[in-house]
Amino acid sequence: MTDHTVTSFDEELDAIDAMIRSMGERAGEMVDMATRALLTGDTALAQRVISEDRLMDQMQRDLDDRAVTLIGKRQPMGQDLRFAVGAMRMAGDLERIGDLAKSTCKRVGSIGEMVVMREPNFGIEKMADLARKQVNDIIDVYVSRRADEIEEIRNRDEQIDMAYTSVFRELLTYMMEDPRKISACTHLLFCAKNIERIGDHVTNIAENAFYMITGDQLPMARPKVDAVAEGMG
Amino acid sequence: MNMRTETQIEEALKDKSMAQNETHPLKMRGEKVCVYYGEKQALYDVDLDVRENQVMALIGPSGCGKSTFLRCLNRMNDTIDICRVAGKITLDNEDIYDKAVDVVELRARVGMVFQKPNPFPKSIRENIAYGPKIHGLARSKADLDEIVVTSLQKAGLFEEVKDRLDEPGTGLSGGQQQRLCIARAIAVSPEVILMDEPCSALDPIATAKVEELIDELKENYTIVIVTHSMQQAARVSQRTAMFHLGVLVEEGPTDKMFTNPDDKRTQDYITGRFG
Repeated sequence: MTDHTVTSFDEELDAIDAMIRSMGERAGEMVDMATRALLTGDTALAQRVISEDRLMDQMQRDLDDRAVTLIGKRQPMGQDLRFAVGAMRMAGDLERIGDLAKSTCKRVGSIGEMVVMREPNFGIEKMADLARKQVNDIIDVYVSRRADEIEEIRNRDEQIDMAYTSVFRELLTYMMEDPRKISACTHLLFCAKNIERIGDHVTNIAENAFYMITGDQLPMARPKVDAVAEGMG
Repeated sequence: MNMRTETQIEEALKDKSMAQNETHPLKMRGEKVCVYYGEKQALYDVDLDVRENQVMALIGPSGCGKSTFLRCLNRMNDTIDICRVAGKITLDNEDIYDKAVDVVELRARVGMVFQKPNPFPKSIRENIAYGPKIHGLARSKADLDEIVVTSLQKAGLFEEVKDRLDEPGTGLSGGQQQRLCIARAIAVSPEVILMDEPCSALDPIATAKVEELIDELKENYTIVIVTHSMQQAARVSQRTAMFHLGVLVEEGPTDKMFTNPDDKRTQDYITGRFG
């Protein structure tokens, strides 16, 4: 990319870009830590994620400020305008990912050391792995501006949705088997939903990143079939 | 809100994409327009359509040929001895460089507003009445007075000057003078109005008034505007044409030109990356 005639304009854009990268990395780590906290019942780790989230909020506000100032001061056009607007939206989605990781961690204490956790192939772990990989991949692709890989990442969200459906079924089974597990399983269900929502935010980020880089919209995603909402087929 | 059926939603989605391709009838067309100042070629094979009731912005760095092209549209370049125009320019499908065309009449149909407000050193009233008078557009004094008032109204200036129509036009502020020049252009009922950086000598408030005026004028006129302000082009025009080194680089819907232009030169220019 050619540099701007006014170099401080480039510096301001670079600063915003660096913040997105750092928010993205933090979001990935938060999802990772939240998963570990949930699966191991590690309340200390959970508490760390909750604290981290405050930083995430702070970064989003800071990024918003900078982007608004840049728009006001530079009146960006073309790719710069897309970048400024896109950065704000992306920061919004990343901040929500942080929130969802935090919300998961808040339930760690209530779930306690559940029997469910020791079940082999427990679905939440698989889901969380997928979600974390999605967050890391989309940030990686965005940072290196590899627009051609974005659509594939977005479409992978389907796998998280499918994993969510299977976790939902799995938890229902546990609850039917042993009503004493209902409380913990309900918490876990919320956690699973949180992870599923993280996937949706990655989808938003993907579409946004594609627009920022290319100026075009990704083709509409095909309508989702939500097996859970439709009474599990 | 009423619930829509699936079919209605499909239709609404389709409608939106069609609205973006909305077409206006062709007003002026340049075909392979080349302009030479003596030996030096200033424009190379420019093909450009101007559509009715739209504002077309011409942008590009200094010396790119945008003003030269604008001046071809009402044969303003005829006044420069060494200037030669090749190619074809039509107004309502008629060649404006045809020998049978009366240049004075052409310039009544294609009016012009310049960068620096240039009112005649006469009263406000006379500034506006002059054109209609020489073109025989008014039969009586009452007719002429009516033209003066409506032109000033259309230019959004009437309220500010109604009590001093017989005072000199040069006594107005810069922004008012520019709107007076626009009123003067409107007075001869043109079809197309050419504007060559009409706001570059005005303060932001006067600029906003002229921009508001351009917005209103496009209901009745076709406008071609040369501007160095990217934001202005983005605000007032529906289509934008980008010139560079005498070549038309790219032309398209303004919304697209300022968010996602196709050509790298346009991208660099609008984002301030021109070397």
